[in-house]
Amino acid sequence: MAAGVAAWLPFARAAAIGWMPVANLPMPVAPTEKNKKQDELIVLNVSGRRFQTWKNTLDRYPDTLLGSSEKEFFYNEETKEYFFDRDPDVFRSVLNFYRTGKLHYPRYECILSYDEELAFFGIVPEIIGDCCYEEYKDRKRENAERLMDDQEDNKDSKLPNMTFRETMWRAFENPQTSTMALVFYYVTGFFIAVSVMTNVVETVPCGSVPNQKEVPCGERYTVAFFCMDTACVMIFTVEYLMRLYAAPNRYRFMRSVMSIIDVVAILPYYIGLVMTDNEDVSGAFVTLRVFRVFRIFKFSRHSQGLRILGYTLKSCASELGFLLFSLTMAIIIFATVMFYAEKGSSSSKFTSIPASFWYTIVTMTTLGYGDMVPKTIAGKIFGSICSLSGVLVIALPVPVIVSNFSRIYHQNQRADKRRAQKKARLARIRLTKTESSSAFLHSKRNGLFNESSTKEEQHLGKSSSLLESQHHHLLHCLEKTTVRDLKIVIHVLAIVVQAPSLFFFFAVVVLQINTIRLCSSPFILTRVCNKLSHLDIRMTQG
Amino acid sequence: MGLVVGTFSVQSKPVNFHKDNADDDFEMTVVCHRPEGLDKLEAQTNFNKRELQVLYRGFKNECPSGAVNEDTFKQIYSQFFPHGDASTYAHYLFNAFDTGHTGSIKFEDFVTALSILLRGSVTEKLQWTFNLYDINRDGYINKEEMMDIVRAIYDMMGKFTYPVLKTDAPKQHVDAFFQKMDKNRDGVVTLDEFILSCQEDENIMRSLQLFENVI
Repeated sequence: MAAGVAAWLPFARAAAIGWMPVANLPMPVAPTEKNKKQDELIVLNVSGRRFQTWKNTLDRYPDTLLGSSEKEFFYNEETKEYFFDRDPDVFRSVLNFYRTGKLHYPRYECILSYDEELAFFGIVPEIIGDCCYEEYKDRKRENAERLMDDQEDNKDSKLPNMTFRETMWRAFENPQTSTMALVFYYVTGFFIAVSVMTNVVETVPCGSVPNQKEVPCGERYTVAFFCMDTACVMIFTVEYLMRLYAAPNRYRFMRSVMSIIDVVAILPYYIGLVMTDNEDVSGAFVTLRVFRVFRIFKFSRHSQGLRILGYTLKSCASELGFLLFSLTMAIIIFATVMFYAEKGSSSSKFTSIPASFWYTIVTMTTLGYGDMVPKTIAGKIFGSICSLSGVLVIALPVPVIVSNFSRIYHQNQRADKRRAQKKARLARIRLTKTESSSAFLHSKRNGLFNESSTKEEQHLGKSSSLLESQHHHLLHCLEKTTVRDLKIVIHVLAIVVQAPSLFFFFAVVVLQINTIRLCSSPFILTRVCNKLSHLDIRMTQG
Repeated sequence: MGLVVGTFSVQSKPVNFHKDNADDDFEMTVVCHRPEGLDKLEAQTNFNKRELQVLYRGFKNECPSGAVNEDTFKQIYSQFFPHGDASTYAHYLFNAFDTGHTGSIKFEDFVTALSILLRGSVTEKLQWTFNLYDINRDGYINKEEMMDIVRAIYDMMGKFTYPVLKTDAPKQHVDAFFQKMDKNRDGVVTLDEFILSCQEDENIMRSLQLFENVI
């Protein structure tokens, strides 16, 4: 309903009198307002900041907290106001929504806290006004990406009971997970480099045989190069087959870009093996060798920068397409113009329009080889116009591509930084967790010692808050129910880093606790014996 | 070079470079209108102070500048009838409210009209309604005017009604209306005929009292 214009409803109803003479049927009875009260002011106390509004304002949206009877739960009888223990800054936006009918999203606010407040007050975020909706959605998307990044990192952690195939796939995708994976990663990288170098060196002329022109090294040491090539292709084939085996979804893997590159890199060799006997197609075989250069793309698995570049180019596809399209148009136009301009001059290199393409491209990209030069005046004029416009045409889409690359690159940097900081963050979280659980055992020890003492001494010993003692009591009840004991948990790394002596102290403490409990439970007896013999300290997972 | 630039513009999406409407700027510079004092309004209308306060608060919320122009008026009225098109009827309403034909409704006009509609006598209400129907303000309602009004009312219902609206339904409605109202069968309805016919009809009398307690 038009809640924002609720104040105009009386006017709309009054204007309905205009229909009455036209109507043929009797009108329905109007609803009566039972116990019609005067409009009253409501005081909303949000963390000390008082907001006041008319009751009617809040009643406009009856399916929210403030508009329904749910707010009665927060009513304070003594001060005759509604008290909410929430953020008063965000509440401003919430209350303005009632007043104006539009929900705005303040830019400085954290998206999660805003969402929480909206959920608390029962307001659906989809009704955010157009002015702020884009910003809201952008922030939400960023947050979701961040969460997804975190989740992806969690995926890397080793799940128990992973099959051999899954372990292999994880090793391939993330070399950091195990030393074997790292070794494999470096070995393949080395062989890619070797293979590429081989291809390059093959064509270098080395060592001249007298009375013959210089031969490239490939033809001189055919056998050596062939062996090198075979070795590399063997490694690549084995790698490809292993990846194919380990892939969770083989069809998707076969369709992925990297696997296509792998196939294209090793296929020429096999085709060459098949075709060497046939002389006719050896020409084609030579062409196939060109594809060996694709092996260099295998490096993109090893380099994140290459991957980012590829991703950038993909995401800038429309800009690149535009660049290409406008360049093509300009080339055709200028080539035509130059051809007709130079048609008159003798011994002109501009023999046809396609021949002029070469000149146009070289001029527009400001290369200027000089193999084709205009000789007529008209040709020179148009040639200069061509080179001037070339600079502009190429310069225009380039900043877009660059900014895209920069954005993606920085995003990646941020993700890496977050991952690096995450380790430190998790370590801190772990530390606080161990502190809280050791606090419980600490208090238990105190309680233990004071079991026989009087109530007074117990009260003196209680330095913790009521909340803490209730929490400890709860854990204690759990222990009694399960007839087990909560072990003391230590993060070895933190302790060992801080002080090796603490290590032994804690071990002694554990022993102490267990020896005392010895008398009270036979269960523990066996465990203490085990402990004495093994002296193992349990580690926590984060 | 120009060719290159020309080809660019073909490629890019059409962009409209129009200057801001001079009208918009003019309206921005219109001074806020403030109504006359509360006491004066109370004397002029049949509302008491509290009711005037409530009315003004709602009015000012929607029109901070103090005056409603026709577009805003149509917008507000359309929000109450989301299924159909209320703009035509809102146009007639606007003209009925804007007694001075200034092009904008100020709070005084608003309150005066509401006072008649909600707190006025039967004769006053019928007079106001007659004014609404008489689009060209010549003192007579002819068939074309009535057709426009009835069609505007049917437009507010929208397309999806049960039973489906036939194209000649407004005409039938108008004929029935004229049958009832036009006493001397001269093709037009005058104010006296209108008031007389309405006073004879029980339904109309009853429905006029329907919105008494709206405020």
